[in-house]
Amino acid sequence: MAKDQKGKKRGFISRLGDSQVWKSIIRTGVPRNRRGRMFSVLNSVFLHLHPVRMPRHAVRLKYTWCAGGLSFYIFCVLTITGILLMFYYRPTVEYAYTDIMDLSEQVPLGIMREIHRWAAHLMVITVWIHMFRVFMTGSYKPPREFNWMVGVILLVLTLLLSFTGYLLPWDQLAIWAITVGTNMARATPFLGHEGPGAALLSIGDINLVHAGSDVRFALLGGRFVGEAALLRFYVLHCIGFPFIIIIFMAIHFWRIRKDGGITTPV
Amino acid sequence: MLTFILLTFFFIFPPNDWFYKWNKKFKLDLIWTNKGGILILLGLLTFFLFGLTDENFKLIVLKPDNVPIVGLIFLVAFFTWLSMKQATENDKRIDNNEKVNEYHDPDDKVLTWPDLVYIELIALVLCTVLLVVWSIALPAPLEQPANPTLSPNPSKAPWYFLGLQEMLVYFDPWIAGVLFPTIMIIGLMAIPYLDINKEGVGYYSFKQRKMAVSLFMFGWLVLWILLIIVGTFLRGPNWNFFGPFEYWDIHKLAPLTNINLSEYIYIIWFRSGLPDNILIREMWGFLLILGYFMVLPPLLAKSMLNKLYKKLGNLRYSVFIILILFAISLPIKMYLRWMFNLKYIVAIPEYFFNI
Repeated sequence: MAKDQKGKKRGFISRLGDSQVWKSIIRTGVPRNRRGRMFSVLNSVFLHLHPVRMPRHAVRLKYTWCAGGLSFYIFCVLTITGILLMFYYRPTVEYAYTDIMDLSEQVPLGIMREIHRWAAHLMVITVWIHMFRVFMTGSYKPPREFNWMVGVILLVLTLLLSFTGYLLPWDQLAIWAITVGTNMARATPFLGHEGPGAALLSIGDINLVHAGSDVRFALLGGRFVGEAALLRFYVLHCIGFPFIIIIFMAIHFWRIRKDGGITTPV
Repeated sequence: MLTFILLTFFFIFPPNDWFYKWNKKFKLDLIWTNKGGILILLGLLTFFLFGLTDENFKLIVLKPDNVPIVGLIFLVAFFTWLSMKQATENDKRIDNNEKVNEYHDPDDKVLTWPDLVYIELIALVLCTVLLVVWSIALPAPLEQPANPTLSPNPSKAPWYFLGLQEMLVYFDPWIAGVLFPTIMIIGLMAIPYLDINKEGVGYYSFKQRKMAVSLFMFGWLVLWILLIIVGTFLRGPNWNFFGPFEYWDIHKLAPLTNINLSEYIYIIWFRSGLPDNILIREMWGFLLILGYFMVLPPLLAKSMLNKLYKKLGNLRYSVFIILILFAISLPIKMYLRWMFNLKYIVAIPEYFFNI
């Protein structure tokens, strides 16, 4: 086995590719020829998001800008760094800020929080640019209308994920940005206590919508950004929105393939 | 400044043939060549490099959380240029009856492994390198611990919502914070159903879908990105407007002399007091709003937008025109504020209903 037909000594990788262990994991061995390359995509759970063969122009960076793929990749980066951060972070008013302080002072060379924060900014930008690319190439036109809608939902979810994460460091920037952001909910028509129409929802003299029962209260779990709000945003940020966004991402990727793959000119 | 942008915008991204003619006459499509791109880049770079010599400019631009927005300016400029460059090239090819650049023989396919996977791998590695370098160079900021009794001035929402916060200057929260975001999401989702033009799928193009691209660019570049930039870099304490090189003086005075439409009509023109009945007081505002949303669309359908109306049909046209009217209501309100100090068109603070 150590030598091929011509009697040359075979390299390590080549022999590894023929071993039982390798073949049990990656059935087709090292992809050396056309058939092997096709199977390596078909048989891999991750790579089979792609079709086996692609139109020549469709893989060009100039056409796709790789923005959609990068958004997904950055989401993965955020998930991993986020899980690591969860080890150190307790979502209470008492500990939240000091835990973040600890993180920067006790963990040598730690850049997980930095990566998480900057990647979050970056993901918002790449998602926008992806949307822009899809628009400019007319890729929302039939039969891809529904997938564009799913994309818009993903965009909103991305912003919500970023917004909920904003509160967690529990510093002045966090609490006041969330205060400004959620103050808008006070003015929701009918549902916010300072919104138009809210005064109409009353029984006799009793207002049904007031500061303790409107959407902002539901969002924050209180009348101001405090303990309950921190816990709510933490749960939404770590479990709630990721759960929803993964479902929509699955639909998004599935529909790309079902709607005929990447758009090509007729 | 905004006037300049609004005036030039539709010549750079012409929505119809008339603008397109002028676009060609002024040779504005030269922006989308290599030379034009380099000029834009140099312009932006000189502005930022020159700006960095100014203390106030440096303070705001180099704030760690603002760095991504500086990046955003460059990225948006670059990708706008890149897409329009490919679009103009394709337009020329279509004019000459050639196939577009993206066209390929249906049988001419490449294997995903290795042709695509390697591009993806390189992109991922570069992205990771960028993130790691960025994270080492720039520590994530952490301000003083949260203090509910001490609000910073200015208090800003996260940067991607600053466009909405900027609208708060001109509209009440229920419009800027609730109605407009909802309209935006619905409007974005409605795009594929409103744009019934079958051309321009799978390649960059402009001439075949002038109107769609032009309007999208307007919403995206002017109403979203520009407002974010204004909200981030040019709004200081008390949400006052500051030039890029101006010191954020907390004591800067901005006169608050805005008055409502009803006050204009009854107090200044009729020289009588405001009527007690709310509906009579605000009827002019209501008439104006009703006219804007109910009378204007059919009038436009009969005159300027006749062709469009016939093409889209009743339902599509109605949805389309309402969305557009919402979008341009923002610049309209801005100008009303700047020129006439107009505060609200309809002002019923009793029920939090101000437009």
